[in-house]
Amino acid sequence: MIRFILTILLFIPCTLDAQELIIYSGRSKSLVEPLIQEFEDKSDIRVRVRYGDTSQLAVALLEEGRRSPADLFWAQDGGALGVLSARNMFTTLPSSMIEKTPELFRSGDNTWVATSGRARVVAYNPNRVSKDELPESIYGLADPKWSGRVGWAPQNASFQTFISAMVELDGREKVKEWLTAIRNNGAKSYRSNVPIVQSLAAGEIDVGITNHYYLIRFKQSDEQFPVEQTFLQAGDPANFVNVAGAGILTTANNKNEAEKFIEFLLSERGQEFFANEVFEYPVTDPVTPNPALLPLSELLEIMPQVNIDRLDTLDETLRLLREVGLL
Amino acid sequence: MIKPDRKGIAAIPWYILLPVILAGTGVLVPLIYLLIRAFEADAEALTTIVFRQRTLTLFLNTVALTGGVLILTTILALPLAWLTTRSDIRWKKLFTLLGILPLAIPSYVMAYALLGMSGATGTFAELFGIILPRPSGYLGALLALTLYLTPYLFINLRAALLGIDPALEETAQSFGYKPRRVFVKTVLPQLRPALYSGGLLVALHVLGDFGAVSLMRFETFSYALFLQYTAAFDRIYAAWLAIFLILMTVSLLFVDARLLRGLRLSRSGRGTSKQTKIVALGKWKLPAYGFLSMLAFISLIAPIGTIIHWLVSTPAVIGFSDLFSALRGSLSVSVPSSVLAALLALPLAYLGVRYPSTISRALERVAYIGYAIPPLAFALSLIFFSLTAMPFLYQTMLLLIYAYTLHYLAEAMGPIRSALYQAPPQIEEAARSFGYHPFMAFFKATLPLLRKGIIASMAFVFLSAMKELPLTFLLSPIGFETLALNVWSYTIEAMFAEAAPFALGIVVVSGLFVTLLLKQERTHL
Repeated sequence: MIRFILTILLFIPCTLDAQELIIYSGRSKSLVEPLIQEFEDKSDIRVRVRYGDTSQLAVALLEEGRRSPADLFWAQDGGALGVLSARNMFTTLPSSMIEKTPELFRSGDNTWVATSGRARVVAYNPNRVSKDELPESIYGLADPKWSGRVGWAPQNASFQTFISAMVELDGREKVKEWLTAIRNNGAKSYRSNVPIVQSLAAGEIDVGITNHYYLIRFKQSDEQFPVEQTFLQAGDPANFVNVAGAGILTTANNKNEAEKFIEFLLSERGQEFFANEVFEYPVTDPVTPNPALLPLSELLEIMPQVNIDRLDTLDETLRLLREVGLL
Repeated sequence: MIKPDRKGIAAIPWYILLPVILAGTGVLVPLIYLLIRAFEADAEALTTIVFRQRTLTLFLNTVALTGGVLILTTILALPLAWLTTRSDIRWKKLFTLLGILPLAIPSYVMAYALLGMSGATGTFAELFGIILPRPSGYLGALLALTLYLTPYLFINLRAALLGIDPALEETAQSFGYKPRRVFVKTVLPQLRPALYSGGLLVALHVLGDFGAVSLMRFETFSYALFLQYTAAFDRIYAAWLAIFLILMTVSLLFVDARLLRGLRLSRSGRGTSKQTKIVALGKWKLPAYGFLSMLAFISLIAPIGTIIHWLVSTPAVIGFSDLFSALRGSLSVSVPSSVLAALLALPLAYLGVRYPSTISRALERVAYIGYAIPPLAFALSLIFFSLTAMPFLYQTMLLLIYAYTLHYLAEAMGPIRSALYQAPPQIEEAARSFGYHPFMAFFKATLPLLRKGIIASMAFVFLSAMKELPLTFLLSPIGFETLALNVWSYTIEAMFAEAAPFALGIVVVSGLFVTLLLKQERTHL
């Protein structure tokens, strides 16, 4: 038995090779692995990926500090990128790369760039609510008639970034009032978006505030899945578009390779992959999205004008959510 | 009866003390880390986040849930253990396996399965037309955790029941006691160490659980703590909450130590134990089968059925090479850490049982602190220390196995401790008097009696390790894959069909492992 243990211990991987691009990916393996493989084949750059939860990886990067082996952080959420950027952990990206994306989708100091868009939507169970009954604005969900019928995920990173955006748009007081009203209305808190969509189908709730792509995935395996989703009126906070994005660490050993990787993500092929395989919004122009998605130009018209880069106020948002008793 | 040993710490041989000190230092590292982080906080922030009404609510929720789960698991595990060891029911091995296997289902999969079964579009509604109420809140968390944790108590109680000296019961019977009285007077007291250590494990699990409580939307203390780490990117307040949680664990350990004080349950007769006596159930046989099948159905067959339903509902393409490399990853960390944890638990438990003193008890308890430290905090502390002191170890298998071993040490303690309480020290003393070195005396006389306990310990750790997530996320070598990582990665993206083969992989491998261990147990009796 002891010999067995020793044999196993011998399989300790050798020290990190300087030629390999090391990515910390908050985007899950199930979504992006094929794309990374494609990059490896095309570029001849070997990539090693640590997959994990976006915020846990962000905390790990903070803990590793200057000794981090990572070259690039690919996050599921703009908020996490903002936190690392604010602590000067990212290096500046070439402006040629940044300028491919709409202004709303990049960081003002060019430290990170969006790689795909993730829209907020209002999802509903069409057997219990008709589309006409839905309010024009997210603020309408505070109406008593929605009492006990709304589901949300206040602990979820996407939701929190969404609240930061609402505060940026409408001010803290108005958002606090809304949060309190929805909470007092008996809204059900879920841990994440998947159970929201499942509970809509199960009839546990009638309306859910969630991200746009989960439902498309459910529909992929079951066309009859009894949930629909919609944007609200143009410019409403409900239609906020969050991003997944990437930044290169100041301590990176392979900056060139890391830049090539981001370029690949922003290339036509990379963007097409997000639209058709992951069902997310492309962030560069020429790509025609999946029929289940709006074209980028239309999305830009209906989404509220808020710069994601300014949403590094997560602390404030968390304080707000705590005050309301949601955290 | 011989008098309890009252030896000082000086009398403890080095080969017992050394592993104990190793484990102690290992646990101390994350504690120091937490203290460092905690004292970076400023007073104002502390009062707004830590010392507030909500903390009290969370605390009360946690206590209520822990108490409820303890009561329910005992009500389920005690008859389960007795029926599968002492009664004349058939297929005992099968029911034992069915009783242990829910451990093979990750708690978040269990919760997803419970949620997926119920409601208007749940599997039950689809297959049988029965709309089950959707579990949520206190009752939902109670249900999910009870189903998930009953095996822990069951394995402990089963090992204890198999180890009881039948001579005691025979004596009681010869006094003319009725069977029920024999059980209450002689068997139940013998089960105390197993009940305590199993109960302790159950309680610690409830304290630390995140998966089930979050999906059931019941807010406990550990839930709030986890949110601090994952939502707030905030290591300082999280450290405070972690310390609070550890204090709760320490008070539980204190209670456990008080209950165990002066306990001494070894056989008084000489020689090894005789075959245990089997009780004929008579008219109770049918209800017994009903109970066992019901439990197996809810805690095992229904969740596995849900996974299979995911698998067949959509054809998903999963390469066998992916499955195989994930399986290899899972085994390469679970197997060594289960062996190491049992090896380390042995001297720790021995110290606490055979050298009872306040200090040795305290040292023995160290194992449980490793378990009480939230895995995320544990992982962060190892990042911090390994990069500072031993950067060459960072993100290696060695560090990962080390983390697993220390974290799951507590799970290995219970069965070994119970077995030690039942192993008579006289045999070992006799061996010593024949001139054997104390170490050899232990090896020859006591170790064979601990076989079942050690096997149960390894089973516990292995089954938990197969499902582990947070430590693996942050500490594994880059590119390292396990079955659990894949299950998690697919389920959070709502790709249940793709997650199913990996989830089934965990269940099948865990099942095979447990079957193998149970077989081992029999052939060497």
